[in-house]
Amino acid sequence: MTSQVATQKGWRIGDRDFHSRLLLGTGKFPSVGAMQAALEASGAEIVTVALRRVDLTGRKDPQADMLKEIDPAKYLVLANTSGAMSAEEAVRLARLAVAAGLPKWIKLEIHPDPRYLLPDPIETLKATEILVKEGFTILPYIQADPVLAKRLEEVGAATVMPLGAPIGSNRGVETRAMIEIMIEQSQVPVIVDAGLGAPSHAAEAMEMGADGVLVNTAIAVAEDPAAMARAFRLGVEAGRMGYEAGLGPTQRTAMATSPLTGFLDE
Amino acid sequence: MSGVPGDPLEGLPFARSRAVETFAELMFGPKRLEDLAKQARGETRKNFGRTMRLFAPLYLSNECVNSCQYCGFSKENPIRRVTLTPDEVESEAKYLAEQGFRNLLLVSGEHPREVPVSYLAQAVKRTVGLFPSVAIEVAPLATAEYREIVAAGAEGLVLYQESYDRAAYAEMHVSGPKRNFDERLGGPERGYAAGFRRIGLGVLVGLADWRRELVALAAHVSHMMKVGWRSQITLALPRLRPAAGGFQPRVAMSDRDFVRAICAFRIAFPQAGIVLSTREPAKLRDGLMELGVTMMSAGSETDPGGYTGVGKGRLHRTVRGREVALEAGEWEGAEATEQFEVSDGRSAEELSTVLRSRGLDPVWKDWDRAFAE
Repeated sequence: MTSQVATQKGWRIGDRDFHSRLLLGTGKFPSVGAMQAALEASGAEIVTVALRRVDLTGRKDPQADMLKEIDPAKYLVLANTSGAMSAEEAVRLARLAVAAGLPKWIKLEIHPDPRYLLPDPIETLKATEILVKEGFTILPYIQADPVLAKRLEEVGAATVMPLGAPIGSNRGVETRAMIEIMIEQSQVPVIVDAGLGAPSHAAEAMEMGADGVLVNTAIAVAEDPAAMARAFRLGVEAGRMGYEAGLGPTQRTAMATSPLTGFLDE
Repeated sequence: MSGVPGDPLEGLPFARSRAVETFAELMFGPKRLEDLAKQARGETRKNFGRTMRLFAPLYLSNECVNSCQYCGFSKENPIRRVTLTPDEVESEAKYLAEQGFRNLLLVSGEHPREVPVSYLAQAVKRTVGLFPSVAIEVAPLATAEYREIVAAGAEGLVLYQESYDRAAYAEMHVSGPKRNFDERLGGPERGYAAGFRRIGLGVLVGLADWRRELVALAAHVSHMMKVGWRSQITLALPRLRPAAGGFQPRVAMSDRDFVRAICAFRIAFPQAGIVLSTREPAKLRDGLMELGVTMMSAGSETDPGGYTGVGKGRLHRTVRGREVALEAGEWEGAEATEQFEVSDGRSAEELSTVLRSRGLDPVWKDWDRAFAE
């Protein structure tokens, strides 16, 4: 008999069901071919594309359009607003993305600081509120801030996407303590986004009970992006399997198997 | 600071920072270049991926009121000059868009009468429809003037200090408004205040002791990253090339030191963009592709009308700033004089082929003016 946990349960964002819990970003790859091979190997169903690299004029400029490289029948293309510095800019871009034929799903990224790409919580909340009212499914990229996560949930965010560490840093789940609280409190999926540099980091996030992870840099800049994508896929699956199987609680000291106070019951 | 003569930050309004110290230690310390290169490649991949952004310069005018010893456009040089009309600017821009470029740099000499701010704004307006990203490289302007350029649709400002050494600066810039060192130094901050999102700093290597110049540039980058925290800072260290006037660089910087500088900047400032123009030869450019450079130009012409031949009918010569007509016969096939001789003459397509062969994806578009509209 095959193990129960091998048939992992699907999950849902907004009104759509998914199987894969690994989301992929499409920047930083050495070539279009390498990106496509990695998407395939990752088993991802959701991929993000930066609107900066999409032709928003409607001319379908082949020189300026990442979208032509991604099959919309295979992947849900999640446009991200990376580059936007304010709610106003992000909202405008989301509307333009829809006008350019993209789905009404937006990964909301508002980072005024182009160096560490840390998200602006105030502008993110504002933009989520506006876009949700306009019928968008919003997946906001945020600091690992449990209160902000609840506020976003209240205004209708479809998920929350806390950072594990700054984008591209490959440092893993440095915000672990806060993400644990978010997972405990959240009623929408928690997707750990940014900073995951190794398959073990992804497994760790999944073991903690995250609903999914988003990975880009670690896969894109690997010597063999497709192999790394496969490795992350397995990391995510292993982590989820461990979570669903029920991990034992961690202890600081060894637990004696024979109780020391057993004599009291004798 | 060991390895650097004197205090390179003397007289400059920049504080020392950890990043500047790191830069100096890597640049002048005992670390092996090969080790620096490995580390620099890793940082580049992590922060920018295995990609290269491409851009092209478009020269609007080679008219200039400044007399600068090293520059081909110097007012003293009896060169063939022209300022493109807005229609001609658009023709040149169309040509570059057809070559694949989606990131444009508009360059001009300084000439308040021939090249006023209203003209620059007009040039931006005529090109933003073809290019998702437009930057300018012109004389320093006032904040309100920069705002006009931003409002026209430009998002990038390139303003190299040329030299951070006040004595060398004064000696090199013989006459004209460019003599004002501090006005130039404050330009990037005024540009940031006016709304530019991408700000390019740089030093022209060859005018003064390059060791001091590089530390000063590092301090300027560090300073701008604090003051202009919302902007993407890029840096460049163009080495002087042969140009009209025949100026010889005062100090030479070897290829080895140049490569070391790129690596040291990359490690000390992992998120700064590093720009490499066609001033450098193909072999060196190819080698540097993975070591820290994030933006390259290709197929560049450094004279107005250089891509399509527009403006040829209006060429004139200036003698000490006074306009004289070209002599009979001089028109035959003549083009405006270039700012400097390009060293790497490969086209955008040729460069892309090399990038791909080295496992780097050429990125043409990485910005959209819709962000800031």
